[in-house]
Amino acid sequence: MNKYIKNIIWIAVAILGAYALAGIALNRGESINAIWLVTAAVCIYAIAYRFYAAWIAAKVLTLDETRATPAERLDNGRDFLPTNKWVVFGHHFAAISGPGPLIGPTLAAQFGYLPGTLWILIGVVLGGAVQDMVVLFASTRRNGRSLGQMARDEIGAIGGNAALIGTFMIMIILIAVLGLVVVNAMKHSPWATSTVAATIPIAMLIGLYMRHIRPGRVLEASAIGLVLLLLSVVAGGWIDHDAGLREWFNHGGLTLAFAIITYGFAAAVLPVWLLLAPRDYLSTFMKLGTIFLLAIAIVILRPEIHMPAVTQFVDGSGPIFGGTLFPFVFITIACGAVSGFHALIASGTTPKLLSNERDIAMIGYGGMLLESFVAIMAMIAATVLEPGIFFAINSPAGVVGQTAVEAVKTINSWGFPVTVEQMEQLAKDMGESTLFARTGGAPSLAVGMASIFANAFGKSLLALWYHFAIMFEALFILTTLDAGTRVGRFMLQDILGNFNKKLGETSYMPSVIFTSALVVAGWGYFLYIGVIDPNGGVNILWPLFGIANQMLAAIALCVATSIIVKSGKAKYAWVTGLPLTWLVIITTSASYEKIFSEDLRVGFFAAANHLSTQLAAGTLSPERAAVAPQLIFNQHLDAYLTVFFVVVLWVVVLDMLRLSIKHLRGEQVKPFTETAYVKTALE
Amino acid sequence: MLKKIKHLWHIIRQLSGDDAYERYLKHHAEFHASAVDAPPPLSRQDFFKYWQESKWSGINRCC
Repeated sequence: MNKYIKNIIWIAVAILGAYALAGIALNRGESINAIWLVTAAVCIYAIAYRFYAAWIAAKVLTLDETRATPAERLDNGRDFLPTNKWVVFGHHFAAISGPGPLIGPTLAAQFGYLPGTLWILIGVVLGGAVQDMVVLFASTRRNGRSLGQMARDEIGAIGGNAALIGTFMIMIILIAVLGLVVVNAMKHSPWATSTVAATIPIAMLIGLYMRHIRPGRVLEASAIGLVLLLLSVVAGGWIDHDAGLREWFNHGGLTLAFAIITYGFAAAVLPVWLLLAPRDYLSTFMKLGTIFLLAIAIVILRPEIHMPAVTQFVDGSGPIFGGTLFPFVFITIACGAVSGFHALIASGTTPKLLSNERDIAMIGYGGMLLESFVAIMAMIAATVLEPGIFFAINSPAGVVGQTAVEAVKTINSWGFPVTVEQMEQLAKDMGESTLFARTGGAPSLAVGMASIFANAFGKSLLALWYHFAIMFEALFILTTLDAGTRVGRFMLQDILGNFNKKLGETSYMPSVIFTSALVVAGWGYFLYIGVIDPNGGVNILWPLFGIANQMLAAIALCVATSIIVKSGKAKYAWVTGLPLTWLVIITTSASYEKIFSEDLRVGFFAAANHLSTQLAAGTLSPERAAVAPQLIFNQHLDAYLTVFFVVVLWVVVLDMLRLSIKHLRGEQVKPFTETAYVKTALE
Repeated sequence: MLKKIKHLWHIIRQLSGDDAYERYLKHHAEFHASAVDAPPPLSRQDFFKYWQESKWSGINRCC
């Protein structure tokens, strides 16, 4: 009887999900309610989790709840520690969810709401969540070894080094693009700049409190910090209204970029307890709280989506980034659908805390589903805006024109109505001087979130909600920037330690300063170029980040596939082989287009050659001619980086195939490295 | 109801690391204090220093 009712409920969920999905996919009317996206997503997640994840757990991985996990066997009370599954879930989710799933969908909304939404849903169910779960499983069965170590053990030195270099490169590009997003959000906005600046002393104060005033009282300190952060949003408004004070925080892109570069260096060199750790607490609480609030607001408000299902920009002429729907929607939305970076978390802290294997589906697969839901909400926040407004905020001046009148004219010519007065009123409502060409995704997401929040919780506070949203985004973008620079520094020290022992010591101050400076210079360079690029920089950097991140996902799936084959389950190798194949296809074709396309906004070489010709002919304005040589050099550099990524990817894939075929033929390959079975003594 | 709220509070404390020191003391008493020459447990401040350093030595934040 009970089973009978359960079946009926699951059939109902399936029908509802299919109905909602068909509704959003087939709708060609004026607008559609966002609740349909939420419904479709939740039903698909529920079914995928209940059936696909459970099937993978039982048949492919054969999870064994009687088997002791590394947390139990190697329990040292510190990093290896059997932990409550909800706590592990919380840690895992807080670690994997960064700004990626908020920015990617916002940018991809230029294709309409449908392509991005479908990719988020299908990608996560068959790709991203599977990757996270299988890697978590593999690492749990190998004493919590990292992705790089597993790649070395399973595939060989090439795979291991590829994972290491891939991670380092992603870090550099990711930090640059995130820095650019923050710069664009703060450009000539004293309110945003002063609020974001205030988060630094607040974090330091909380750091001191947790370290010296009341050691280890994390919740108490965080509560104080959160109150101060909210105050800083209000205080930013006062500063903005004070004619003298506002000039202190009114800066252009370059000044802000150098400020962020300086800050990044300071954060990497200062002790973690002073800045990094307290900032991380605040941003984690802020992130979880805001995402929860946004979900509630969307459910209460049920906003209408105004963006068409599919726009004309699928042909590659999109203003936010150039490139056709295939493959660029799959590159633009990485986090939220499938993100290689997660494999580092799933083979990092999480497996060392897991108290029982049976929770692998909930933490690995379930955690990624929740991240995907964040991406769906970002998609909703971007598409509830009138498309005209969305494109006015997100299109760089280099594409739509320098002045408001030009920009409005260009956007109207695409068939998206928007007026200069409308944009001025919106900027005034949000407490900003202008919202034209505020690229990077953060301002438009903040406008979307502010209108959702203001409609749900009080209309009069639009400007406060806007700057709250900017503060929320900047807070955890800067946390990723700090933490990423530090991790980059560790990796670099690890590599340099092979040549010079002293350089490898993580507490040797000259080495700390030297390697931190190198890492900051790396992302600082891309950030600088992004700021001086009239096309906004995001157009170049985000696809590069997407390609790098998908490449890392492909490496993780190679490791996973080779482990499944070696465990004698070659017939299930498609579980990871299918998303792997898809990632190889999209990464390779996106790289091909970025290198060989004749389209100036897609091909790196095409853009470089075009600029060189213009420079030689003397048709550029003096300001543009001054930066042209740097832009040309950068386009070449980006092209070679892309070549490098795709070559690394293919080498690892072919190596994995070679080993798998050898294994299936019964020849000797690298040994299966799973640790031996030990019965659990817990419970 | 009260029991559920207590349980939730417990999880929040554990998630944030607020109770890390208490858990450490428990672990210490259980596994290390019985040895003859066992060193005394770390003070709250020293433990927190140690805990924070170890938490931030690897990749723990993502995109």
